[in-house]
Amino acid sequence: MEYINLVFEEVYKILFLLVPVLVSVAMIVWLDRRVWAFVQKRQGPNVVGPFGLLQSLADALKYIFKEIIIPASSNKIIFILAPIITMTLALIAWAVIPFGEDQVLANINVGILYIFAVSSLGVYGIIMGGWASNSKYPFLGSIRSAAQMVSYEVSIGIIIINVLLCVGSLNLSDIVLAQQNIWFIIPLFPMFVIFFISALAETNRPPFDLPEAEAELVAGYQTEYSGMMYAMFWLGEYANILLMCALGSILFLGGWLSPIDLYPFDLIPGAIWLILKILFLFILFALVKAVVPRYRYDQLMRLGWKIFLPFSLTYVVLTASYLFYFNLLPTP
Amino acid sequence: MVAHAIFFYVFSIIAVISAIMVTVSKNTVHSVFFLILDFISISCLFIMIGAEFLGMIMLIVYVGAVAVLFLFVVMMLNVAQQKNQWFNSESTTSSHIPVGLIISTIIFFELIIVVGGWKYKPELSNPNTTQSSNEISNTHSLGQVLYTDYIHIFQISGMILLIAMIGAIVLTFRRREGLKTQSYLRQISRERSEGIEVLEVQSNKGVKIDD
Repeated sequence: MEYINLVFEEVYKILFLLVPVLVSVAMIVWLDRRVWAFVQKRQGPNVVGPFGLLQSLADALKYIFKEIIIPASSNKIIFILAPIITMTLALIAWAVIPFGEDQVLANINVGILYIFAVSSLGVYGIIMGGWASNSKYPFLGSIRSAAQMVSYEVSIGIIIINVLLCVGSLNLSDIVLAQQNIWFIIPLFPMFVIFFISALAETNRPPFDLPEAEAELVAGYQTEYSGMMYAMFWLGEYANILLMCALGSILFLGGWLSPIDLYPFDLIPGAIWLILKILFLFILFALVKAVVPRYRYDQLMRLGWKIFLPFSLTYVVLTASYLFYFNLLPTP
Repeated sequence: MVAHAIFFYVFSIIAVISAIMVTVSKNTVHSVFFLILDFISISCLFIMIGAEFLGMIMLIVYVGAVAVLFLFVVMMLNVAQQKNQWFNSESTTSSHIPVGLIISTIIFFELIIVVGGWKYKPELSNPNTTQSSNEISNTHSLGQVLYTDYIHIFQISGMILLIAMIGAIVLTFRRREGLKTQSYLRQISRERSEGIEVLEVQSNKGVKIDD
């Protein structure tokens, strides 16, 4: 009986986290389109509900009632598994994101490695989808995306090492608490810029959306998908984008900490600050989508391997030697 | 403890079955997917004995990077065709199979030595020594021995990896002639005077542009 109660309690906690995440994914799609339209002096979705807020729900309904078409020559099991894997991986990573001092589902010691591992698994949903479709465009798109994600993961990993050197712990709550005096965006500003660009590439956002470059590859790995399965890819993609924004705000923008540590601002709960920071980063993501043209593939690879990797490695050496000589290395 | 045992058996059964499926399944891409499943369940087992850092690194390195490259190669090569060539034609059969047999025998004997080590040094398999203490985390304790007691072995393994990487680059690098590439530096540093020339054009005669 005690076991069952424990399980129910955990299920409640998980639902309490996942339902807001899914709803905010729907809202964020709307926000993305609105920001995009704002930059281009268009209206964007503004018909369904107030300010078009319910547009994503209408889209979701449409996807649910559409027929799921499975190509005859596809590998059916893997074809169906691919969107499921994408969405599951995008959602399980939220388990370790801390929304406050103790408001975290799983406060594990290696939280940052967990997020990194899950986001590196995300490439499989795309590869499996592209391969199982048994068609040229999806296959090309998935090969591109695999190479891209593996390349940019390297630089994200090294940027994370920079932050970890200043913290001395792999726990996400410790990373936030280490920023009480100063947010890491100030001493590590170049790393924040590189992290932001790498996060764009990691989540296949424009200007790095080569896996689904519609002018060349129709829709990349999603070409053969329809109905609910397409929607799941979509949900997973946007949940990943939100996750990258959350990771950026935890690593560099002080997570749930309030920017001004004075009386009236202290009363606002930390979760609100974290959400505001995530929104700020997401609006940056959306603005980049609107203003920057798409990269060419060789330019993308050159940027990742020849510029970001050496630069962030040099910065690791710099950070480590600075911390060592001024005796600032954190003690466990 | 019951839940622990249940999870242990679930993960180990998945690991063993997927390891068997790697060798048995006909489709090469399917075997790579089973290999990935195997890696994932092994890293779950690592996490269960308290080696969380190793488990996560296993996920990041093997599943996130190595297996992606495996999948890449397997998808690109036409493996089925090559297999037919190796096994069906009479002339070239012998070259690959003996090498594979020798390597697998060596690995088999190494495994026997490892298992024998448990028998002669029982404290190695004693769960009390492998259980991590609560005071310092798994990552800290790894870091404490990795850069002190095992620094030379650690550095040597790093050197081996570096040499392997250089070797792979040298083997695959070839300079192709007549390839037109863009030089970013040259594109940026172009001046207006190099790119544009103003000409007086006489009527009915035109201008000859040298190219």
